[in-house]
Amino acid sequence: MSKLSWKHLRDSQLFWPVVALALIMLFNLIFIPDFFTLEIKDGHLFGSMVDVINRGAPLMLLAIGMTMVIATAGVDLSVGAVMAISAGAAAVLINPALGKTLIGSDKLVEDITATPLWVVILVALAVATLCGVWNGLLVSRANIQPMVATLVLMVAGRGIAQLITNGQIITVYYSPYFFIGNGYLLGLPFTLFIVLGVFLFAWLMTRRTAIGLFVESVGINASSSFFSGINEKNIKLMAYTFCGFCAGIAGLIVSSNVKSADANNIGLFSELDAILAVVIGGTLMSGGRFSLMASIVGALIIQATTTTMYALGVPAMAASAIKAMVVLIVILLYSEQFKDVLGSVIERKGVQPS
Amino acid sequence: MPDSNDYLLMMSGIGKAFPGVQALANVDFFLKRGEIHALIGENGAGKSTLIKVLTGVERQDSGTIVLENKEILAKSPQHAQALGISTVYQEINLCPNLTVAENILIGREPRIAGSIDWKRMNAQAKQLLQRLDIDIDVTQTLGAYSVAIQQMAAIARALEISSAKILILDEPTSSLDAYETDKLFQVMRKLRDEGMGIVFITHFIDQVYEVADRITVLRNGTLVGTYETDSLPLVELIAKMIGRSLSDFDDMSKIKLESSKSIKADALLQAKDLGRTGSIEPFDLDLHAGEVVGFAGLLGSGRTETAKLLFGIDKPDSGTLTFAGKIIKKFSPLASITRGIAFCPEDRKADGVVDDLTVRENIILAIQANRGWFKFLSKQKQYELAEKYIRLLGITTPTADQQVKNLSGGNQQKVILARWLATNPQLLILDEPTRGIDVGAKAEIQKLVLELAEEGKACVFISSELEEVLRTSHRVVVLRDQEKITEFSGADIDERKIMQTIAGS
Repeated sequence: MSKLSWKHLRDSQLFWPVVALALIMLFNLIFIPDFFTLEIKDGHLFGSMVDVINRGAPLMLLAIGMTMVIATAGVDLSVGAVMAISAGAAAVLINPALGKTLIGSDKLVEDITATPLWVVILVALAVATLCGVWNGLLVSRANIQPMVATLVLMVAGRGIAQLITNGQIITVYYSPYFFIGNGYLLGLPFTLFIVLGVFLFAWLMTRRTAIGLFVESVGINASSSFFSGINEKNIKLMAYTFCGFCAGIAGLIVSSNVKSADANNIGLFSELDAILAVVIGGTLMSGGRFSLMASIVGALIIQATTTTMYALGVPAMAASAIKAMVVLIVILLYSEQFKDVLGSVIERKGVQPS
Repeated sequence: MPDSNDYLLMMSGIGKAFPGVQALANVDFFLKRGEIHALIGENGAGKSTLIKVLTGVERQDSGTIVLENKEILAKSPQHAQALGISTVYQEINLCPNLTVAENILIGREPRIAGSIDWKRMNAQAKQLLQRLDIDIDVTQTLGAYSVAIQQMAAIARALEISSAKILILDEPTSSLDAYETDKLFQVMRKLRDEGMGIVFITHFIDQVYEVADRITVLRNGTLVGTYETDSLPLVELIAKMIGRSLSDFDDMSKIKLESSKSIKADALLQAKDLGRTGSIEPFDLDLHAGEVVGFAGLLGSGRTETAKLLFGIDKPDSGTLTFAGKIIKKFSPLASITRGIAFCPEDRKADGVVDDLTVRENIILAIQANRGWFKFLSKQKQYELAEKYIRLLGITTPTADQQVKNLSGGNQQKVILARWLATNPQLLILDEPTRGIDVGAKAEIQKLVLELAEEGKACVFISSELEEVLRTSHRVVVLRDQEKITEFSGADIDERKIMQTIAGS
């Protein structure tokens, strides 16, 4: 490989996230022999790799939405709470007791829904999107700092979710709903298709229209963008709205997966994982240049680490600490100072990376 | 090789390359004790890069730096400061939301029992500023003061380091008025007499002759030479800087005369009693296609505020604005662009370039904003536009995909001009388009403005350099204390009269 193209490759935002993911995979290849084993049961693909994608789907969706927000030099702390709201709304609409004053418990656990499934999904996503609009209005129109503005919904959102579910953990017995988080299409997890669909949509919207350019421009210099005629308020509003929408889908997947809606626990701390995924993906918290693909890889790194730890049988109490170590190493790879030190060490040994 | 004992600083054979650009090649720079040494050259000549190498912002690819007979390699600006090299940068790097005293003494606050001794700190800051003959309330936030005062604070901050042996002033006078400039020169001379070596970077040639002892000229990253100021006549200096004759400037009056024939009688833009409380008193103004109208006045006279009203960044609270026969109701940059108005803002760094984006992206920004979110220009069309304006305006960049932050100031300004020309505006408002850029590029931009007028565009030209306003404008509007005072046109344009009007006497 020539020196120039090596440099080109290394300057790509995808480079370090892919290297990090490859290292984790290499580790698995050596220490967990059956990590890459795939088997087909009942026409469905099973294996740790499939698990990473399936379990990682909500995080990947959050990371896509969060990337847009962070690129505008903002942040959305409320995505976890929005997941709970969307899940709560879906569960309540499905619950056969909806709108009925009295209902037998045998009726309650029947495999039926009070509302057609498409309405359930539509309403849940609409509510989540509305949450995004709310965040966007606070940030763009009321000029509140993103962290403070979204903190409001982060705290209040769980309360709203509890109001929706009447403070209960609602168990869902309607089996078609489970397809969202557990179903298979063409032998592959359905969640994979959801992620692909949202990613493709987001990619087309940002790279085949001017939206991506405007998002980056606003994130780098909002004032210059405004002077150039870009409506930076609407760009921000759009980013938060889309982020809410993504969180809504993530909420549906998780609640479908666990077959219930728990206002207090669905999506708990997932806003932090989502931010982490974006940061690992190399998008700066100060906004500007972003890569959706790199954020997806960032989410995969987080999920792969978790899955690896389960596969190794690391006790749950140690898992967080190890995950933190992995994240620290990845983040260090981004530090210019650290790279300089690393570079001079490599140079001293006379090994040229070309 | 000069004797090292004569020199405070010896930079020899300095080379530095950036992606696609050789910024410096084998440059020597020697600074004596107790001298004011002007470092001059056109945009992209390598002045800033040389300073960045000296102050540890960049590391040179080749060459050595010797300070007081010891070879040094500054690892960071902080390290350079510790070595005795203090810098005041062209773009003021201070925090407008902190107080003046905090800005001056940040990182070196006097302490009492571990916490900051505010009383002593404020007193110290006041004293430092008094050394520059500035008497202000140092407990106010820096942003509350004019750019000139902010500049003085930056200098005070650089001087505060008692061990400073070298003071580098990068375009210190570009935002100062004549009186403040004089004050600064007094301070510079005083420091020189105390034995400090002062590097003075400026694009005001007359100031070089006023204050500098020696001159080093750079061109295209190479050293042209170092000269005693007394032995280098002005014409020779300029010839050395730009490597071509000054006939460009002589052409100007001819072009201006030519273009004045194409001024349309009907007004393109008409302001009637247009005003905004606290920013500009109600004024009447007509702008015609094919005409360049200059705004003259001091900083804070309302030049920029008027431009902002015309472009719809600020909304007027009185009067009407008519453009191309229609009364304007919606005031926003986007609405103005759609109408055919363009605006190059005064502060290139804060309101102009989007520095992490490429040249191409910067150029298409306004035209794309006008097209909206979904009618995205194809990559091919984007490159066509970018290449066209890179060629047309002579923007020096390796490729259209270079990040704008890697370009020199003058080229960044041209990129912003390109952004607006791409929208094909009928009215072009230029606020300080030549600020901080040098003779050659200045002449190019002034010429361009006249050419655009000749093509039938209306232009507003705002500049704090009166000479430049006079050279380019068919009509001059004079503002003072946020009020339009009067207009001069044709034969009435007279430097002395205008100066008197500006001064209010």
